[in-house]
Amino acid sequence: MDKMIKIALAGNPNSGKTTVFNSLTGSHQHVGNWPGVTVEKKEGRFTSDGFEVRVVDLPGTYSLSAYSLDERIARDFLLKENPNLVVAIIDASNLERNLYLVAQLLELGAKVVLDLNMMDLVEKRGIRIDTKKLSRILGVPVVETVAHKEKGIDKIRKVVVEEVEKGKEATFKIDYGPDIEAVIDRLIKFLRAKRLPVNYLLRWLVVKLLEGDAEILQKMKSLPEGKTILNVIAENAAQLEKHLGYDLETALIEKRYGYLKGLVGECTHKHYGLEERLNLSDKIDKVVTNKFIGIPLFLGLMWLTFQLIFTVGGPLVDLIDIFFGWIGQVASEGLISIGAPQWFSSLICDGIIGGVGSVLVFLPNIFLLFLAISLLEDSGYMARAAFVMDKLMHTLGLHGKSFIPLILGFGCNIPGIMATRTLESKKDRILTILVNPLMSCSARLPIYVLFAGAFFAKNQGLVIFSLYLMGMALAIIIARVFKSIFFKHEVAPLIMELPPYRLPQVKGVLIHMWERGSLFLKKAGGIILAGVILIWFLSSFPLGVEYASHQSLIGRLGSLFAPMFSPAGFGFWQAAVALGFGILAKEVVVGTLGTLYHADEAGLRSVILQNFTPLSAYSFMVMSLIYIPCIASIAVIKRETNWKWTFLAVGYSLALGWGVAVIIYQIGKLFMFGNL
Amino acid sequence: MIPLSMVNPGQKVQIVQIRGGRGLISRLANMGFYPGVIIEVVSNRNGPLIIARDKIRLGLGYGMAHRIFVRLLN
Repeated sequence: MDKMIKIALAGNPNSGKTTVFNSLTGSHQHVGNWPGVTVEKKEGRFTSDGFEVRVVDLPGTYSLSAYSLDERIARDFLLKENPNLVVAIIDASNLERNLYLVAQLLELGAKVVLDLNMMDLVEKRGIRIDTKKLSRILGVPVVETVAHKEKGIDKIRKVVVEEVEKGKEATFKIDYGPDIEAVIDRLIKFLRAKRLPVNYLLRWLVVKLLEGDAEILQKMKSLPEGKTILNVIAENAAQLEKHLGYDLETALIEKRYGYLKGLVGECTHKHYGLEERLNLSDKIDKVVTNKFIGIPLFLGLMWLTFQLIFTVGGPLVDLIDIFFGWIGQVASEGLISIGAPQWFSSLICDGIIGGVGSVLVFLPNIFLLFLAISLLEDSGYMARAAFVMDKLMHTLGLHGKSFIPLILGFGCNIPGIMATRTLESKKDRILTILVNPLMSCSARLPIYVLFAGAFFAKNQGLVIFSLYLMGMALAIIIARVFKSIFFKHEVAPLIMELPPYRLPQVKGVLIHMWERGSLFLKKAGGIILAGVILIWFLSSFPLGVEYASHQSLIGRLGSLFAPMFSPAGFGFWQAAVALGFGILAKEVVVGTLGTLYHADEAGLRSVILQNFTPLSAYSFMVMSLIYIPCIASIAVIKRETNWKWTFLAVGYSLALGWGVAVIIYQIGKLFMFGNL
Repeated sequence: MIPLSMVNPGQKVQIVQIRGGRGLISRLANMGFYPGVIIEVVSNRNGPLIIARDKIRLGLGYGMAHRIFVRLLN
């Protein structure tokens, strides 16, 4: 049995950390969630020298200061799980800034192996890094890598095991200058005497307290004597600030960077300064973020993305549809031949296979969508899109980064909701998730096509377009309303790195797509299955009734709810049942109407013409647009937030959908459109 | 000393002071931007700005740029 080691990978976003992780662990990885939150946690393993090394990929962060969810996760992991070692992956062509995180890791007391990644870029720019000196001064081993060419990866595996076996404690220390150091020393002695029940390095704790780290302050407050300790700290900090003449936070930052600047100066030849001319990335940015070209270019790329998703995805969707049809057939025949009871065969075929199938047919679309997102992200374009849309998004009380999830929602709300993970502030995440279902996803299109085709053949396009617009307008209103109710005082300013453009790596993009797609399947799967079984049950019972007929439970429920929809102009049980089934997946609405009216696609149009008026058809479309997120979306909203926000998302959309449908119908009738 | 938001594209400036809450100072420092650093304004078009330090490019909301005070260089 191999000996076990647990290590973590830390590094800035865009330092090539994910590539290193993929190279280190190959296919031995899996994705889960960090405890309590929904940020993806990637774990993998490799073996080296008789050791089994478990690798945890920490979220890419700029620091351990716990401002964003990602930073908090990284820090908590290091503090609580105590990995044997941390591999700090840094972009060697951007040494100083990247070392800032490394310095924080070392101050925290972590045992570090420094991975200078992207060494090819460094060489290309004619910079030489004296790695021996760097290693000596920092007191950690340094490995050079070019991860996307797998260069140096073996060396990391070797050095990691060597270091863990050596087991020497790190002795890294930044000299904050005599004034600050004197206070640090004094406070360390003070805290040591208190014998606090924490296992942090005292020096780190003192520095964090002086910096005013919100989370650490909070933690201290909960300890016995915490209040007294904090008072002493605050006194010392205030005295020090008075003495220094400016705020302590800035002072600590400047000392830290001062140290790193000296370090980088000593260990590199040829200083990289501002003199370097505009590189390719800046030239591309001149076009991409241009005032006039930026937005049209973005829209063009989005259009291409949707083309990819629906033209390539379409035939695959049909294939899966046929596949599930075939499975259903085979299962039904098989079950009958072995003499299974009628209800059981119906549960398996109509309920589970049919229901799950109706959701799974969208898998190709979802995977392609994730493929497109991965491409846009890995190339560096996604950050620019957010940048370009920032100003427009302020009308929603959100900023540019929220735009991507909303756009994705037009394809499917699920990836849209999942994409909110990139947003730092909770406010932005929740608001963007709540309004996401108002982006009319592709599954609602069949409903519009059916009704608009039947009633508004001449202006079909315009009518459908009006629904998309209505969704967006409502999203703006709802976002503003919820913001003023739940997040009155929170602002999340836009600070976003624009990484250099890169050619995406095929392997990286595919891994990314697979992880996200399969995560959707795993997590949404359970709830979808439960929902499907529930609907089957309601359609089949009491025993002996025709599936989904007026006498079935769902038919009776439909009749019960139908009067509620009278003010919206469609108060008959078939419409209510269709909407009920629509919760499963919006496109099911059309299929359900077909079943209930015993009509095929062509016949359905004439049946609808008899039962609806143009006005009630429109209000029915509006209802379908708004009334509730589909069951898979509800599952994902729950997964990304909690029950409170999930109930709100379901509740507000039901009320809003009904309200808007009724208003449209009643006002329309007032103006006598009802006669049309 | 003028706010960064008023600097024209192409201009090099030195950060003198960041008048923001604790979060802002720290977040900017984590990304490599702190008092003393020399930066260049890449784009400023009455919306978010792009600023550059060596090879780092940062998109920055206008409101925030208004709270970063800089000194014009040559």
